[in-house]
Amino acid sequence: MNVVVCVKQIPDPAAPQSFDSSNYLDRSGKLILDEADTYGVEMGLQLVDKAGTGEVTVVSMGSGSELAGVRNALAMGAAKAIIVSDETLRGTDALGTAKVLAAVIRRVNPDLVLAATESSDGYTGTTPVQLAELLGFPSITFAKSVTINGTNVEVNRQTESGYDEVSAPLPALVTVTAGVVEPRYASFKGIMAAKSKPVEVLSVADLGLASEVGPAGARQEIIAVERAESRQAGEKYVDEGDGAAKIVAFLESIKVL
Amino acid sequence: MALSSIWVVAEPSNGAFTSASLELLSHARSYGAAVSAITWGDNSSDLAAQAGDYGAATLYDVGTLNGALPGAAVASAIAALIAKGETPDVILIPSSYDGRDIAGRLSARLDRPVLTNVTGLVDDGGLVTEHPAFGGTQIVKARFSGEGPGIIVVRAKSFGAESGGGASATVVAAPSGDTGATGTATIVQSHIEERSGPKLEEAAVVVSGGRGLGEADKYALIEEAAKLLNGAPGASRAIVDAGWVPYSQQVGQTGKTVKPTVYIACGISGATQHMVGMKGSKNIVAINKDADAPIFQIADLGIVGDVHKVLPALIEALKTRG
Repeated sequence: MNVVVCVKQIPDPAAPQSFDSSNYLDRSGKLILDEADTYGVEMGLQLVDKAGTGEVTVVSMGSGSELAGVRNALAMGAAKAIIVSDETLRGTDALGTAKVLAAVIRRVNPDLVLAATESSDGYTGTTPVQLAELLGFPSITFAKSVTINGTNVEVNRQTESGYDEVSAPLPALVTVTAGVVEPRYASFKGIMAAKSKPVEVLSVADLGLASEVGPAGARQEIIAVERAESRQAGEKYVDEGDGAAKIVAFLESIKVL
Repeated sequence: MALSSIWVVAEPSNGAFTSASLELLSHARSYGAAVSAITWGDNSSDLAAQAGDYGAATLYDVGTLNGALPGAAVASAIAALIAKGETPDVILIPSSYDGRDIAGRLSARLDRPVLTNVTGLVDDGGLVTEHPAFGGTQIVKARFSGEGPGIIVVRAKSFGAESGGGASATVVAAPSGDTGATGTATIVQSHIEERSGPKLEEAAVVVSGGRGLGEADKYALIEEAAKLLNGAPGASRAIVDAGWVPYSQQVGQTGKTVKPTVYIACGISGATQHMVGMKGSKNIVAINKDADAPIFQIADLGIVGDVHKVLPALIEALKTRG
């Protein structure tokens, strides 16, 4: 059971965010492993563990040389990482990202590819399915649970009204929702071990994808960033036992009650 | 260049189109272009009347999927239509579980870019898309370059759904594209989780809980308050990630967009990720113990207090009123 988990290193979502002069998200600060990806890493580790054979490979791409987030996934227990690190990746769109990831994943030839439903910075939410199409894999998105049954992957997939049991033959791609498993914390031993785990670094040229990435490959442009109309703060009270009454009065004033 | 042809992926649900699909059809109509809808399912041709009523002249019917997830089948049918010479300027897709699958598959098949999380569209010699950023405090405007149809995934509630009174759409069977292994994900069984009360996206009142509730059991207070107000319970991403409530109840960038008459945020600090999903509410009430919580910057009524005291008191007051 060989599993590839796609991960993204992102600016800390808890820190203030801004656009740079090209209207791209400013990624010049420290980058961390997207928390949304820790669920995929954990799921991959559990599935490999259950199968008793195989390993988890972490795949990532970015325009910088930052590795801390990928090391974090290795510290959790992934066996190795392949990252595409190249300045020309700046401004690459979701489809360009999928093309890069597909080129890397074809080298690994996994049974299963896992990803988050969407990243916590760009939240485009289409890269995993674009990737599945490029790989020729079936995909099941929004997984609430994932199990391997023989040569199939079986997923409980979130729906508007509940969930569907969905089955697909391997190799396949699955996107996992947060909360699908409880991600482990990297142990001290894991963190030490991660330092010596193999991290292969590739360039866009290595993959022969130079014309597919960056702003030219994206075939879309940001033409403006504008301030949205802002909402004004209303009245604020410190609760002195009368908070609920104030809410009831407000609901009456807007005729909800 | 004026828009001449707009395609809308219209998602079926229980014998009708979803409200997000009707919103897109209604908006597509406003450009004066030819509007076509694409749908699928067991009795999809029965939807021709509704498609026409909301502005589509043509309904491309992919037909039954025999349990397959729609993503690969619908994307390949659209690609096959385009390969036959149809040339939509743009393909609008609702931002839903299946809509996003279709968009991703179609983008890779056509080798065309996709713009997602769109909340506004403006015709400015080609469509300009509007995307909320940083919790909706800023709007990013973007557009496609190059040949071929652009794919746009639009968030629910971005436009109103209004019937246009048009005649029934002409049903055209869509050619089935070749899906190969990509179309092999199959629904074995569907489970409906019974929920009483209105749907989260349609409720006039939404009561949402966040990390400030402290523990999973306390979410029952949110459900009770929502029920008493004939509303729907919602949640912040933090407690969905923590596994307290299912993803379907998440309000925010990565969840649902809601625009109720009143949104009551309980123990939610107001991360940008959450605010973008609820700042369009007509009225916002916030209960939070931290007086500096960002949620108060957009709340019409802010109560700085302990949600474990204010919420039970509110429930009691609502019960007393009967």
